[in-house]
Amino acid sequence: MIPSQSDASTTRRSVLNYLLGTSTVATLAAILYPVIRFMVPPRVVESPASSVVAARVNEIKPNDGKIFKFGSKPGILVQTATGEYRAFSAICTHLDCTVQFRSDEKLIWCACHNGRYDLTGKNISGPPPRPLEEYRVNVRGDEIIVSRG
Amino acid sequence: MSARIPSWADWLEERLGWRAAQRLIEHKEVPQHQHSIWYYFGGMTLFLFAVQVCTGILLLLYYRPSAETAFESVQFIMTEVQFGWLVRSIHSWSANLMIAAAFVHMFSALFLRAFRRPRELTWVSGALLLFLSLAFGFSGYLLPWNKLAFFATKVGTDIAGVVPFIGPFLLRFLRGGDEVTGATLTRFFGFHVAILPATATILLATHLYLVQKHGMSVPPSVDPNKVPKVKFVPDFLLHDLIGWLAAVAILAALAALFPWELGEKADPFSPAPAGIRPEWYFVFMFQTLKYIPAKILGMDGELLGILFFGLLGLLLVLTPFVSKERADKRWNLLPAVGVIVLVYILALSALAYLKG
Amino acid sequence: MWHLMLFLLFGTAQDQPVAKATASSCVQCHLELEGELQEPAKLSTQDIHFQRGLSCNNCHGGDPTVGIDKGSAEDSMSRAKGYIGRPDRKKIAALCASCHSNLDFMRRYNPQARVDQYAEYLTSVHGRKYQAGDTNVATCTDCHGAHGVRPVKNPNSPVYATNVAATCGRCHADAKKMASYGIPTNQMDLYVTSVHGAALIKNRDLAAPTCNSCHGNHGAAPPGVDSVANVCGQCHAMQWDMFKKSPHQKAFAEGNLPACVTCHEHHDIKKTSDDMLGTEQSTSCATCHDKDSRGYAAAAAMKAGIVGLKKDLETAGELLHKAETAGMEVSRPIYDLTEGKDRLVLARVNVHYFDPVALRKVLDEGEKIARTSQQSGSKALGELAFRRKGLAVSVVILLVMIALLLLKIRQISRKAG
Repeated sequence: MIPSQSDASTTRRSVLNYLLGTSTVATLAAILYPVIRFMVPPRVVESPASSVVAARVNEIKPNDGKIFKFGSKPGILVQTATGEYRAFSAICTHLDCTVQFRSDEKLIWCACHNGRYDLTGKNISGPPPRPLEEYRVNVRGDEIIVSRG
Repeated sequence: MSARIPSWADWLEERLGWRAAQRLIEHKEVPQHQHSIWYYFGGMTLFLFAVQVCTGILLLLYYRPSAETAFESVQFIMTEVQFGWLVRSIHSWSANLMIAAAFVHMFSALFLRAFRRPRELTWVSGALLLFLSLAFGFSGYLLPWNKLAFFATKVGTDIAGVVPFIGPFLLRFLRGGDEVTGATLTRFFGFHVAILPATATILLATHLYLVQKHGMSVPPSVDPNKVPKVKFVPDFLLHDLIGWLAAVAILAALAALFPWELGEKADPFSPAPAGIRPEWYFVFMFQTLKYIPAKILGMDGELLGILFFGLLGLLLVLTPFVSKERADKRWNLLPAVGVIVLVYILALSALAYLKG
Repeated sequence: MWHLMLFLLFGTAQDQPVAKATASSCVQCHLELEGELQEPAKLSTQDIHFQRGLSCNNCHGGDPTVGIDKGSAEDSMSRAKGYIGRPDRKKIAALCASCHSNLDFMRRYNPQARVDQYAEYLTSVHGRKYQAGDTNVATCTDCHGAHGVRPVKNPNSPVYATNVAATCGRCHADAKKMASYGIPTNQMDLYVTSVHGAALIKNRDLAAPTCNSCHGNHGAAPPGVDSVANVCGQCHAMQWDMFKKSPHQKAFAEGNLPACVTCHEHHDIKKTSDDMLGTEQSTSCATCHDKDSRGYAAAAAMKAGIVGLKKDLETAGELLHKAETAGMEVSRPIYDLTEGKDRLVLARVNVHYFDPVALRKVLDEGEKIARTSQQSGSKALGELAFRRKGLAVSVVILLVMIALLLLKIRQISRKAG
């Protein structure tokens, strides 16, 4: 029996409908997938640049210092002999080397050209022309939070 | 008689009466003639607006509207959130495409005289929606709080302050103070996500209701009774859908290949960067102000320029009431003025980009 | 002891009654004169001595309380009252010292004031020639001014840090004045172009040295060949320390070559660059080391290492910058890269060991960091490529959808038509 015109067109129609339905689902999936992934919170929950957890309270002893990451730049966290926490940018104001804490001299020192800063960040000896930029320090529980002033 | 289990459609019909809407949609027809292609642009603007609402709501999940956190939050969206780069770039690109579509829609309605009686209010609501979309663009532009946006906002609100009588009040109202500060950012955020959307909803509902009520307008050269028509559902709608899918593809491509820049965080104390310029839809006005001489007939040139554009905006809203078509004349004033304005906008915009 | 004799001869300034500047008839009268006679009176308001309550008579003698209203010029400029007129140039230093070397007197005004300037001055080249009767050399008033003397910390003082070079240069850059002494007169021209000169004069960086930083203030003398490095080492301590441990220390001492200065010059010290190191004709190393020497090989090795690290860090930086501008999250690798740059700076300092093996250690640390950063950059760019592929897939899906819709439209219109 020769298939009638209407049979052929019916078949074509149902094939087209099937394809249309499938591609509609695919299109919706391609749109919904990024939307759902977007709404699920990322692993890093907060934007990093304005404040970081520099250290835990028992990580630094009095008269000690630690380098930490602040955004994409290094920072230095010091605890003075009296127990006060201070934080500065660890970028030396002379030629951008990373400074370090000297517990023997109780000050901040730059290894590149022997620059020295006191514990208020002020440049006291050697080539650095300006003090270190100071950050705000808050202690929350056992976390030491450093944020840009 | 046995109790029939009602279908879902019947269940909803009894409670919502939704079949009335269905009948309305099924009866809607679209005229087919030489200029039918312009009918797509209203729906395209609406679709792009829907894209803005959806991507905007998603961005709201992560954006923080204060001077200390706004820039970092957008940076966070761009770098940490899964597909954040995609959502943000689509939002920025779609804003521009939507405004472009709105301009095309407006000019097509202008030249095809779709504002004739009884569609005057459709035109008025549409013109107001156009201004609203420019306001959306201006307020949204500031939200990433980067250097370019900061200074563009400063210049834009300075210009608002030049308007006579209400200028200084307008400037303070927009800025939330005397200068552009974090207060401005919070205020613009309020405009952008609450006040403008609420106003837009009302205007849009009005606009769409009026379009359904009066049906599609046909150009003066076409006889409305003899013109062939197609059904909105499914024919025209399927065509609409193709256009919308193409728009999605274009937006995805723009987002992946030309991601929207973040720039540097705004710093009120550093000098303005070279080459600041408002977004392209304001450029022709900005460029005009650059060319106006300082004094015209003894009056301040910049002020006159601003008043002139204000007058143009007013005329745009009142177009149905100020234009009269004369069938006997060989040419009409309106299309001539329309063409001049369109050419002017394109020419000044081109000049700005070539020079700058 | 002989200071005392001078005091007895000329009378100490402190013997003179301390007169208020405004009530000083000297100033009142001289303000009404013109030219050279008026200048000192005009400058009195800016002079630190006047501000402390001293007056003209404390150096010139005479009586400032008589004059305009109560007498005549002769009454105040009276030899009987100790007026000496214009001090003899050969006696100026001692005159200043009559107060400034007296601790009991000076501590009344500034308990921290030093009182050894005169003693130092006498040991200096200027001082020795001065004592021998040469009146061309500098003495107190030539640098500090005679009238309108400002404190050293005052930026308008001729001996404020940024002005010192010009003050010394008034004589030392003047060929005519220096003709009889046989010393060069180009020092100031050289200094102004040097990295120290630019830092001090252009950038107002007060940490930078000027003439007196290396030559001394009052005891000014050129540092000797064997001690000039100690002067440089005051600030450049690490390099000096390394140099002393290097083979160059002994070699330079034996050849009577001054350390530091031999490669870096003294007055026209230029900003250092990697071009100073290596084996090309223009390098410092090639001045002494021949092609077959060990030093030549060491220079070549160190140069290659430093240039290599610089290049690797630059490549990493470019890669990360490319990723960053494309919107990728690369803050950690960028942070790590700054440590790599630290290593490069440290490596350039460590060159002063002149030991390729020691240098290699620092260079290797830097290389490791450069490698890690490059890997992170590549990874970020890989993610970027993934996004583009995702785009291609989505576009294909959408195009298929559009094509099917077109077919559907055709089908519907055929059915209707």
